[in-house]
Amino acid sequence: MKVIADTSICQGHQLCQGEAPDVFGFDEAADVVALLEEHPDETRRAAVTTAVRYCPAFALSIEED
Amino acid sequence: MTAIPQDLLAGVPQVSTILDDRSSEVPDLIRGTGHLPEMRVDPIGLFTRVRTECGDVGRFRLADKDVVLVTGAEANEAFFRAPDEVLDQAAAYPFMTPIFGKGVVFDASPEERQQMLKNQALRGDMMRGHAQTIEAEIRRMVADWGDEGEVDLLDFFAELTIYTTSACLIGKPFREELDGRFAHHYHELERGTDAIAYVDPYADIESFQLRDAARLKLVELVQGIIDRRRERGTVPRDERDLLDVLISIDMSADYITGIFISMMFAGHHTSSGTASWAMIELLRHPDVMADVVAELDALYGTGADGTGPVEVSFQALRSIPVLESVLKETLRLHPPLIILMRLVQEEFELLGQRIPPGTLIAASPRVSNRIEEDFPGADTFDPGRYIDPRQEDLQNRWTWIPFGAGKHRCVGNAFAMMQMKAIFSVTLRDFEFEMAQPSESYRDDCSKMVIQLEQPCLVRYRRRSR
Repeated sequence: MKVIADTSICQGHQLCQGEAPDVFGFDEAADVVALLEEHPDETRRAAVTTAVRYCPAFALSIEED
Repeated sequence: MTAIPQDLLAGVPQVSTILDDRSSEVPDLIRGTGHLPEMRVDPIGLFTRVRTECGDVGRFRLADKDVVLVTGAEANEAFFRAPDEVLDQAAAYPFMTPIFGKGVVFDASPEERQQMLKNQALRGDMMRGHAQTIEAEIRRMVADWGDEGEVDLLDFFAELTIYTTSACLIGKPFREELDGRFAHHYHELERGTDAIAYVDPYADIESFQLRDAARLKLVELVQGIIDRRRERGTVPRDERDLLDVLISIDMSADYITGIFISMMFAGHHTSSGTASWAMIELLRHPDVMADVVAELDALYGTGADGTGPVEVSFQALRSIPVLESVLKETLRLHPPLIILMRLVQEEFELLGQRIPPGTLIAASPRVSNRIEEDFPGADTFDPGRYIDPRQEDLQNRWTWIPFGAGKHRCVGNAFAMMQMKAIFSVTLRDFEFEMAQPSESYRDDCSKMVIQLEQPCLVRYRRRSR
C-alpha cells in the first residue's frame, strides 16, 4: 500500500501519530503531518487504516500499489 | 455595495423562481430581493432545485448579490481548496455580526480564532479531560430524571451542550456559574438568524429584537459572574479559567460575552441538533437501535473474564463502530449547517467559469450529502454505508461534507464525535426511549439560518432494569 498525506488540508491535529508513529511524523515548522514511511509494511495496515479513518481533516488516504 | 453586472455571470444558469418576490405575502423589507423570500421559508427546496435545474454550478439571488451554489465532487473541491484571500468566510455571514457583537468577531479572522481554539481547547491531548467533563455533565442532566418521564429533545440537548461547550472551551469554574437561563438566552440568539440580515442585520423585526434583548441578558449574566470574581479576588493559577484571564486584561463584560458567544457558537446548535436527530433516527429504526444498545452493553458490561466495565470517558475516544456509523448517517441526512458561504474577494475560476469579486459562493452539505450517484438510496437512513468496504464518507470526501471539507473542515469534529459517543453511551445504557409523538412530526424549523428542531419534539424515557 501507498500512504498519501494531503498537507494542503492537514490541520495539524496529530491524531495519526498516535495510531502509527512509525508512519506519521510531524513537521513542527509547517504545523502539518510529515510522512515517515510512504510504503508501510502490510503488518501496519490496521493502524494506518485507523489513522486514515479518524483523521479529523480527511487529509490521509491509502492507495493500493 | 454595487450590483454585479449580469453579463459577468451569464455562463452560470440561474434557478427558477417559484415564490414571487413581489407577492403580498412577502414582508415589505424584502420585496424584490430575488430568492431571499424563498430561502426564508424553504431553503432546502431552493438549494435542491439549483442542482436539479442547473447542475453542479448554478445561482440564485439574494437582494443585490448573486449566490453561486456549487455541488458535486469537482466543484466542491475547488470551493473548499480556494485560499482565504480569494474566498472569505467572515463577510459571507452578516447575520452573525449582531450576535457576536460589533468589533468582536473581526478582530481575529475566523481562521485565527479556529487556530486559537485548536491550540488551546481542542488539542488531541486535551480530549481525555473533555471526555470526563462531558460524561459528568450528561450524568448531571439525567440525575433528576427518575424512572420514567418525557423530555423535549431540543430543550434537553440545547441545555446540555451549553454546559459541555462552556466547561470544555471556557472552563469549569465559568460553567458552574451557569444555569438554564444562559441556555435560554443563547437559544434566542440562535433564533435571531433570519436571512433578512442579508438586507439589514438590524432590521426592526421581532426575532432581531429578541436577539438583541437576549444578548443584553447574557452580558448581564456575565457581568454578575465578573463581579463575583472581582469580589472573591485572585485564586491560584490552576483554579483560573479563561474568564479570569480576560478579566485580568480589563476587557468589558460586553466584549467578553461576545468572545464567549463566538467560541461556543460553532459547537452548540450543531451538536445539539445532531444529538436530537441521532435519537430520532434510532427511534425510527428499532433494529439499528437494538444493534447500538447491544454494542454498548457489550462494551460497558462486565467482561466475561471478570474485568470491570470500561469508563465512558475512555471509550468515547475510541472506536464504537455501530454507533459511529449511526452518527455519520445522521450527519449526512441532517447536516446542522445546510449551506456554507464565502464572499469572493478576488476573481475566482470555477470549472472554467470566472466568478467576479463581490459574488457570494456557496456549497450545500444538505444537497451534496444526498447526491444519488455518490450515496445510493440517498434519502434512506443506512448506517451500513460506513462499514468496510463501502466507506462512503472516505470514498466521497468532497461530497460527504457535514463538517465541510478541506483546510477549513470543522476543527471541532473529533470533539463533536466524542461528545456524541459519550451522550449515547450514558443515555442508552441507563434508559430506553420511545417516540411521544408521530414519527413524521419530528422535523426541522428552517426559517432561520441556524436550523433547529421544531418544537414540540418529545420523547419518553424509562430507566432500564439491569
